[in-house]
Amino acid sequence: MSIDIYKEVILDHYKSPRNFGTFETSPNKANVANPLCGDSITMELRIEGDSIEDIRFNGEGCAIAIASASLLTEYAKNKKLSDLTILTKDSMLDLLSVELSPNRLKCALVSLEALQRAIKTYGSNT
Amino acid sequence: MKSMADYRKDFPILQNHPDVVYFDSTATSLKPQVVIDAISHYYTHFGANIHRGIYDLSESATEAFEETRSVVAEFLNASEDEIIFTRGTTESMNLLGYTVGEQIVEEGDEVVATLMEHHANFVTWQQLAARKKAKFKVVEIDENGDLDIGHLDKYIGPKTKIFACTYVSNVLGIINPIVEIVKAVRSINPNTLIVIDAAQAVPHIKVDVRDIDCDFLAFSAHKMCGPTGVGVLYGKRERLAEMRPFMYGGDMILNVFVDSSTYQEPPYRFEAGTPHISGIIAFKESIRYLQEVTFEAIEEHEKKLSDLFMKLTKESLGDRLIIMGENSKYPRVAVMAMAVKNTHPHDLADLLNDDHMCVRAGHHCAMPLHSFFKIPASTRASMYFYNTEEEITRFVESFVKAVDLFS
Repeated sequence: MSIDIYKEVILDHYKSPRNFGTFETSPNKANVANPLCGDSITMELRIEGDSIEDIRFNGEGCAIAIASASLLTEYAKNKKLSDLTILTKDSMLDLLSVELSPNRLKCALVSLEALQRAIKTYGSNT
Repeated sequence: MKSMADYRKDFPILQNHPDVVYFDSTATSLKPQVVIDAISHYYTHFGANIHRGIYDLSESATEAFEETRSVVAEFLNASEDEIIFTRGTTESMNLLGYTVGEQIVEEGDEVVATLMEHHANFVTWQQLAARKKAKFKVVEIDENGDLDIGHLDKYIGPKTKIFACTYVSNVLGIINPIVEIVKAVRSINPNTLIVIDAAQAVPHIKVDVRDIDCDFLAFSAHKMCGPTGVGVLYGKRERLAEMRPFMYGGDMILNVFVDSSTYQEPPYRFEAGTPHISGIIAFKESIRYLQEVTFEAIEEHEKKLSDLFMKLTKESLGDRLIIMGENSKYPRVAVMAMAVKNTHPHDLADLLNDDHMCVRAGHHCAMPLHSFFKIPASTRASMYFYNTEEEITRFVESFVKAVDLFS
């Protein structure tokens, strides 16, 4: 049942997303959109050395897309870039701790793709 | 006389899935048994290819096939030689883009569509204009979703070669005053070719091409209880006569020499290759079926469903709910594209599916329209004559339950 994916933690992160917003300046950011669904997530990073010092996200999307992005920002803060570039779809499912149908899986992956693209803008230091 | 409840029994999907509430008829309608039987009848009784088979089976198949052309012609108030079979509305539009569009649009010309078009009747013209270095103009809509009909002279001018407009919007449900629109365009530029997308009109209202006075009109069988993979392009006889072929191959040819070829007259010139014979044969049964139900009864029933839908959703959700096109000054069909504050259509559709409710979530192939309303996607419930008031009550209950989860 789909109702199972709308657990309290997902609804909570959807209704009150963490790290939501923008930095005044952010050289390392990336947007990933899925126009078919209307999901669009931008990740903005503050990178210090080889780690994420601070992170923001903004955009719009379904509960799965927003909650995934919110949970991912919490996870990513203070993590090494090399630990984040290896995250996969299974990592996202672990983070959300739900089972998703193939149709909804892409909602959860928009934020991961945005994060990894934003890290790439940091260039060879990764 | 059969009631709507009796007609509902003709749809095996509804019998096989008694729990399902099918509110996605705008994407494709369900098929009555009589249409399903006709598809099977071709394969079990005719089997042969049409045209030029000098044997009884092929002649029977050809006769059944051509009978549909005559039924479609009568249905539209057109002539048989003005009816081209295609795979669907999208192919009909592309056929026009690559034939008449390529022939008449030149650099500096203008091609006009409207903001409420389905992508099939939008991108086709946008891309034709781009290929030809012509200008692509888009008729705007107001905040209610109504076309800017009073100012068509802002968009149509002496250089306008093609005007493409939908009869009924697949999102707003608005029935455009198409006769008035065509008259207005003709009075501004009598040489502009007028293309009407009737895909969402034919399932719900009586369509008469002589009344409309358009040059071309397209629709799909599958949205009006017919098979998928069958479409119609109506074209005025004199327009079709000027058009070069779109696809080359069997059936459309008259003579083939090593260095040149000559082609059949319309409509056969535009029907290359073996068509969807069983589908086209069965299509006439769907037209006859709708004519038996009658468009008067369909309109009346849909009005009843729409009124109840509006009443129940508004009572429960009030201002949180926007139904796109709800404040139109024109009549609407039973299509409800909804946006609810703080909810996303995919979440709602997913939860509705738990309760066996079939709706569509997304932009419904009308991105420019959704952008205009600043809504990335909507949840669309579309109803047809086989739906019931009881289904609406059930739907609204599930819908409100889903919305409440997010607020």
